[in-house]
Amino acid sequence: MAMNYNAKDEVDGGPPCAPGGTAKTRRPDNTAFKQQRLPAWQPILTAGTVLPIFFIIGLIFIPIGIGIFVTSNNIREIEGNVFMYYGLSNFYQNHRRYVKSRDDSQLNGDSSALLNPSKECEPYRRNEDKPIAPCGAIANSMFNDTLELFLIGNDSYPIPIALKKKGIAWWTDKNVKFRNPPGGDNLEERFKGTTKPVNWLKPVYMLDSDPDNNGFINEDFIVWMRTAALPTFRKLYRLIERKSDLHPTLPAGRYSLNVTYNYPVHYFDGRKRMILSTISWMGGKNPFLGIAYIAVGSISFLLGVVLLVINHKYRNSSNTADITI
Amino acid sequence: MTEALQWARYHWQRLIRGATRDDDSGPYNYSSLLACGRKSSQTPKLSGRHRIVVPHIQPFKDEYEKFSGAYVNNRIRTTKYTLLNFVPRNLFEQFHRAANLYFLFLVVLNWVPLVEAFQKEITMLPLVVVLTIIAIKDGLEDYRKYKIDKQINNLITKVYSRKEKKYIDRCWKDVTVGDFIRLSCNEVIPADMVLLFSTDPDGICHIETSGLDGESNLKQRQVVRGYAEQDSEVDPEKFSSRIECESPNNDLSRFRGFLEHSNKERVGLSKENLLLRGCTIRNTEAVVGIVVYAGHETKAMLNNSGPRYKRSKLERRANTDVLWCVMLLVIMCLTGAVGHGIWLSRYEKMHFFNVPEPDGHIISPLLAGFYMFWTMIILLQLGQIYFIQSDVDFYNEKTDSIVQCRALNIAEDLGQIQYLFSDKTGTLTENKMVFRRCSVAGFDYCHEENARRLESYQEAVSEDEDFIDTVSGSLSNMAKPRAPSCRTVHNGPLGNKPSNHLAGSSFTLGSGEGASEVPHSRQAAFSSPIETDVVPDTRLLDKFSQITPRLFMPLDETIQNPPLETLYIIDFFIALAICNTVVVSAPNQPRQKIRHPSLGGLPIKSLEEIKSLFQRWSVRRSSSPSLNSGKEPSSGVPNAFVSRLPLFSRMKPASPVEEEVSQVCESPQCSSSSACCTETEKQHGDAGLLNGKAESLPGQPLACNLCYEAESPDEAALVYAARAYQCTLRSRTPEQVMVDFAALGPLTFQLLHILPFDSVRKRMSVVVRHPLSNQVVVYTKGADSVIMELLSVASPDGASLEKQQMIVREKTQKHLDDYAKQGLRTLCIAKKVMSDTEYAEWLRNHFLAETSIDNREELLLESAMRLENKLTLLGATGIEDRLQEGVPESIEALHKAGIKIWMLTGDKQETAVNIAYACKLLEPDDKLFILNTQSKDACGMLMSTILKELQKKTQVLPEQVSLSEDLLQPPVPQDSGLRAGLIITGKTLEFALQESLQKQFLELTSWCQAVVCCRATPLQKSEVVKLVRSHLQVMTLAIGDGANDVSMIQVADIGIGVSGQEGMQAVMASDFAVSQFKHLSKLLLVHGHWCYTRLSNMILYFFYKNVAYVNLLFWYQFFCGFSGTSMTDYWVLIFFNLLFTSAPPVIYGVLEKDVSAETLMQLPELYKSGQKSETWIHLLVIIGSILSYFLFAIVFGAMCVTCNPPSNPYWIMQEHMLDPVFYLVCILTTSIALLPRFVYRVLQGSLFPSPILRAKHFDRLTPEERTKALKKWRGAGKMNQVTSKYANQSAGKSGRRPMPGPSAVFAMKSATSCAIEQGNLSLCETALDQGYSETKAFEMAGPSKGKES
Repeated sequence: MAMNYNAKDEVDGGPPCAPGGTAKTRRPDNTAFKQQRLPAWQPILTAGTVLPIFFIIGLIFIPIGIGIFVTSNNIREIEGNVFMYYGLSNFYQNHRRYVKSRDDSQLNGDSSALLNPSKECEPYRRNEDKPIAPCGAIANSMFNDTLELFLIGNDSYPIPIALKKKGIAWWTDKNVKFRNPPGGDNLEERFKGTTKPVNWLKPVYMLDSDPDNNGFINEDFIVWMRTAALPTFRKLYRLIERKSDLHPTLPAGRYSLNVTYNYPVHYFDGRKRMILSTISWMGGKNPFLGIAYIAVGSISFLLGVVLLVINHKYRNSSNTADITI
Repeated sequence: MTEALQWARYHWQRLIRGATRDDDSGPYNYSSLLACGRKSSQTPKLSGRHRIVVPHIQPFKDEYEKFSGAYVNNRIRTTKYTLLNFVPRNLFEQFHRAANLYFLFLVVLNWVPLVEAFQKEITMLPLVVVLTIIAIKDGLEDYRKYKIDKQINNLITKVYSRKEKKYIDRCWKDVTVGDFIRLSCNEVIPADMVLLFSTDPDGICHIETSGLDGESNLKQRQVVRGYAEQDSEVDPEKFSSRIECESPNNDLSRFRGFLEHSNKERVGLSKENLLLRGCTIRNTEAVVGIVVYAGHETKAMLNNSGPRYKRSKLERRANTDVLWCVMLLVIMCLTGAVGHGIWLSRYEKMHFFNVPEPDGHIISPLLAGFYMFWTMIILLQLGQIYFIQSDVDFYNEKTDSIVQCRALNIAEDLGQIQYLFSDKTGTLTENKMVFRRCSVAGFDYCHEENARRLESYQEAVSEDEDFIDTVSGSLSNMAKPRAPSCRTVHNGPLGNKPSNHLAGSSFTLGSGEGASEVPHSRQAAFSSPIETDVVPDTRLLDKFSQITPRLFMPLDETIQNPPLETLYIIDFFIALAICNTVVVSAPNQPRQKIRHPSLGGLPIKSLEEIKSLFQRWSVRRSSSPSLNSGKEPSSGVPNAFVSRLPLFSRMKPASPVEEEVSQVCESPQCSSSSACCTETEKQHGDAGLLNGKAESLPGQPLACNLCYEAESPDEAALVYAARAYQCTLRSRTPEQVMVDFAALGPLTFQLLHILPFDSVRKRMSVVVRHPLSNQVVVYTKGADSVIMELLSVASPDGASLEKQQMIVREKTQKHLDDYAKQGLRTLCIAKKVMSDTEYAEWLRNHFLAETSIDNREELLLESAMRLENKLTLLGATGIEDRLQEGVPESIEALHKAGIKIWMLTGDKQETAVNIAYACKLLEPDDKLFILNTQSKDACGMLMSTILKELQKKTQVLPEQVSLSEDLLQPPVPQDSGLRAGLIITGKTLEFALQESLQKQFLELTSWCQAVVCCRATPLQKSEVVKLVRSHLQVMTLAIGDGANDVSMIQVADIGIGVSGQEGMQAVMASDFAVSQFKHLSKLLLVHGHWCYTRLSNMILYFFYKNVAYVNLLFWYQFFCGFSGTSMTDYWVLIFFNLLFTSAPPVIYGVLEKDVSAETLMQLPELYKSGQKSETWIHLLVIIGSILSYFLFAIVFGAMCVTCNPPSNPYWIMQEHMLDPVFYLVCILTTSIALLPRFVYRVLQGSLFPSPILRAKHFDRLTPEERTKALKKWRGAGKMNQVTSKYANQSAGKSGRRPMPGPSAVFAMKSATSCAIEQGNLSLCETALDQGYSETKAFEMAGPSKGKES
């Protein structure tokens, strides 16, 4: 792209001085700013000047795209830590009133909010005159299926795969944003005076046996509370840690998935999925970004070629056209 | 819609103001007039139209309470708000904006729980921010006004105190009606008052009105009759009269009323007796007056209606665009609502994510859809085109420094002007009147040397007025009579800025310091050397040499003795010198006007005394009632007495003058002035034009020091011309005028009466008693058309004399036509000799007219008609109104820019046409059509014939010619190569402006490149502008300098005032003020272009970012069940417009410069038709904006753990930024979003470059390449034109083109020949007949009339 700094010289500068004794004071400063003579970059978009841009875009984007694509495809080999997701489709976790239906103060361990949740939680605010903890529609609709993964060996004896529950939520969420209400050691006591959400099977203090993963700081719960932006989404469920460098995390073989079915999705045309994936520097498997980069790069390159032709063809006429007609 | 709102608002304000009038601090304005009228009508004795002023002193206390108590005092308040009403009133004003109201509605809507999209308070934030910012801006503006008001209110003046019985210092604001005020020299008048006393022995007071109308010349004011004779100062305690006058009004040139003494005797009051607020007392030691109007009722304040609010076209369009956006929004929301309904109906059962109502039941899909509609509206509001309006307000265009910008909000309209209406005098021309030629007694004196002198000035003057000193070196043969303080200081356009700061502060918006500035006072108007130096014509000087005092020795016996021509010449020059209202002053002292020489210590002292005594008694300048008693002596006794005066005047010559010379020489300036004089003499001697006698004239040495201050420049020009012929106006008092006449010595004329110039009569007269013949002589000076009608036609005596007059008249008429063709302004000089009885008779009638309050104007006009008839033509003058520098170039450039230029002038047709040719408004090969008909039908006929011919020429398809279509899209004649000009006279214009002919007229004008309207009245000017503006729906610009252009300036979309010599009215009324016409081309072509591209691009920018944003919100609805969720935190939504994206468009709007100024100036074509240029400021702002987003998001995300539900942003941004995909997506989306447009622009740029783009190329060439390229461009353009012209002409069967002629006459002839050849004989002959009819008519009429008589 052509660029020039057309700082204007002083010659064309100021307006004629206003005559008379008052001229000195009234004459405006002859500065580049006031006289609108700042150096400016004025791109002129013609084929010739922008040709390099297209080629540069093409040359940068295509390799990036290929890189991303390859990385994304490499994820297929499940070798490092494996991430286990559950997926829901047609679940509108982004519905306006659904999204609002929570009380962050309550979740942060505020004891007054615990017993008197925000009005936003309505109608899941109180049940039988007791405040619901955690209140709101989001918590109420928490995904509560249990997924278990088994490796079926040759002896057709299923070996359960160790699924790690902790470490699936954001660190800040787990340690800052979500906190159990203050009080004694006993979690149940801390949640005294509250009741469980209507759809839940057990109260919030019985989500897990591990006290570090129970109550509001249960990571499954935290993950659920971070609402998805689109109606089809997946959420991290478990981690499968690699045991040693020698063996793949999930060696080839037959696996079986055991689903304890608690969560009905059929009546809203929903689907459930389970996804296993490793992640790379760019997250989970996502071929789209790579393809998009390659496509844009190619288009840009192609346009560059077209413009080259145009430029070549119109060069003579355009040179003169620029000046004469 | 908004206009209707404004109207309603205006009337509402009026009501409010009327209601709060009694409140002292209440705003006071025009409506006060009505209110006041109402008030005073409650007192039984008064009709509503009059007010009674009673002196504010002890004996009249009761009466004073009764009458004057109700009048407002002198405190002024121009502020809009008070502390108390600021908030409600400002809000009220702001909610007149449709957009603000709309957003208020949305805020209220958010308070409805069902559709609440965000927290209630949050939604209000953007609106509150915008309202606050605007309120602060308004408040600051108002505060500035308040400070200026306060300053003015607290000025000190001397007011008579009834308690202390003397004049004490008091603030202006404490002055009330009926107060006596004593002012000294150079003090500013605090309120309108009637002049009761002046230290001037003649009862005159000089005031400078530059504070009021910008005219720097002095005006005389007269002490009320009956008080002037009192020797001692008027004693307020003894003042027992009362004043009855009109209710306050804004007519500066009118004041009617009378003063009723305690004995019921009435004395008429006129504007001559009124001192206006804001003017300055000059040349008078002290004056005393009684206040009649105070504060907001003064004429000055009533004339200050405040700047008019004009809305720019773009702003109006932006308003409609806002409406469109709302429409779009409604459609989006409807989509959302319907979508939500459908989405909801898909689910039969309640499900997790559909949250039921608090009471447990689930709302029906239909209702939910409806609710959703409103929610969507609120939601999208935050992404709305919210700030466009406010940004248009904040947008503050840096205008060019040479231009005074008085209306910021319409700057971008400068880029869209299609029609330009220009005044001629003072706008296209300099309004610097230069005496060029004269014709006396039928002989033309063409003053060739003078012409040569003017040419030599041509370059010099155009440089700079102030550097004349250096220039004069080259003009060594010229005298340099400018005394130091006499020089004209031409203010820059800004120079007159504070001129009205005392009259009222509504205009002083731009100049906070304005009030402290002292108006310039030491300038004499109209006295640049180019005007003052006139080189006499040799032939005429020869004739002057024949004049000797001997000629008049046998004056009493016979009038035939001296050659008639010589008498004519004498009379002619005497008329030039005295038939005016010029004030003579000496430059060395502060405007000390030159009195007639003191009479003390002369041998003929007693006689002179008697004479002056007699003068006082018999012929006061203004016919006083006492004249009735003095009538008898004036006809009888003094005749014999005064008949001896000629002798005296010749006998007394030197002594008084010499005395004055010696006086002058005592002053410090002596050396310089005498040096100056010797130079003059030397020049005269070198020229050999004068014999020794002339040099020895006693009055001569001083002449060069005199300064003449005239009300109009041509008056001054004539006086200077007379001075060049040794006929020097020496002094002027209300009673007499003294003239140094070459051979006759000083002549003292008793000034009996002056009938001032007015635009109805178009002439002025002085009635004097001739010192030589002792006859009452009327000298009249006026427009030729008027004077010619008033000449005596029948005379009983001597056929030879009669014949001679007839010949003179014919010849003069011929000369007049000649002058007019050269573009000179012509004036006729005539005289009439009256007998004393005739005069007395007239005087009696005139007195009656003068003293009547009602319809005085008509009576005075009648009275003038009685005096100014049966005149004898003496001669005529031609004054050149020089074209301003750069006018032809500017007009050419504007023409190229596709702007149609109309010239509207009050001048006669010939002059106007010639100026039009001179300034290239008309090209020599233009086809000229002249509309000059006497009836409406003829006018219509002529227009249709012309139209038909034009249509035939351009071969427009018949269906395109239909009127309605034509009006909407006027044909573009330049494409066809046919250039046409239309000349229309005032009378015909009147017909053309009538309803039935309007369309035809407009259609006709749309064919013409240039239209010249001559003899147009100010009202017609504005009507023409109005017509074009409303019917063609185009942007119009009016430019003018005088008071007669004010209405036109106000009507046009953009009014431009030229701050010239004719005062400041035009500038006051204008949106922009420039100092010269040539600046207009830069203003329009460069700044107009920039402003327009800037603002339009800025608005596009706003729409773009908002549409992008709203669309994002909208598309998200498809993924969230149309539930109205926003995809991001609402603080981000709010700050998107408020913070993240607000600066770049504004910076863009202020700094964008698509093509450089030089290129724009050189290629005016570019005006007809944008791209980007980026300075480091742009870059800075854009980077800053992006950074501000990240900063905000990170800080907000880190700080807010539980706040801001539902979309708690805690640590989200940080998580994002840790993810490389975030950056990859950012890069990709930006590229994809910009690629299509980029490609489009590239293809456009390389395949079909726009003129702007090509012009940009010029900017980056080296200077040499540039000039080359520009030449090529122009050459190509011309080639194009020529070929198209040629093609068209051959198509139109026009055999050959007329040869371009150099002069106007030739051009007109060529137009004929062209027309005849083209076979439209009848039509063109008509047009031409109209053009020449005037001259022909005169040629024919002259002799025939002579025969008749």
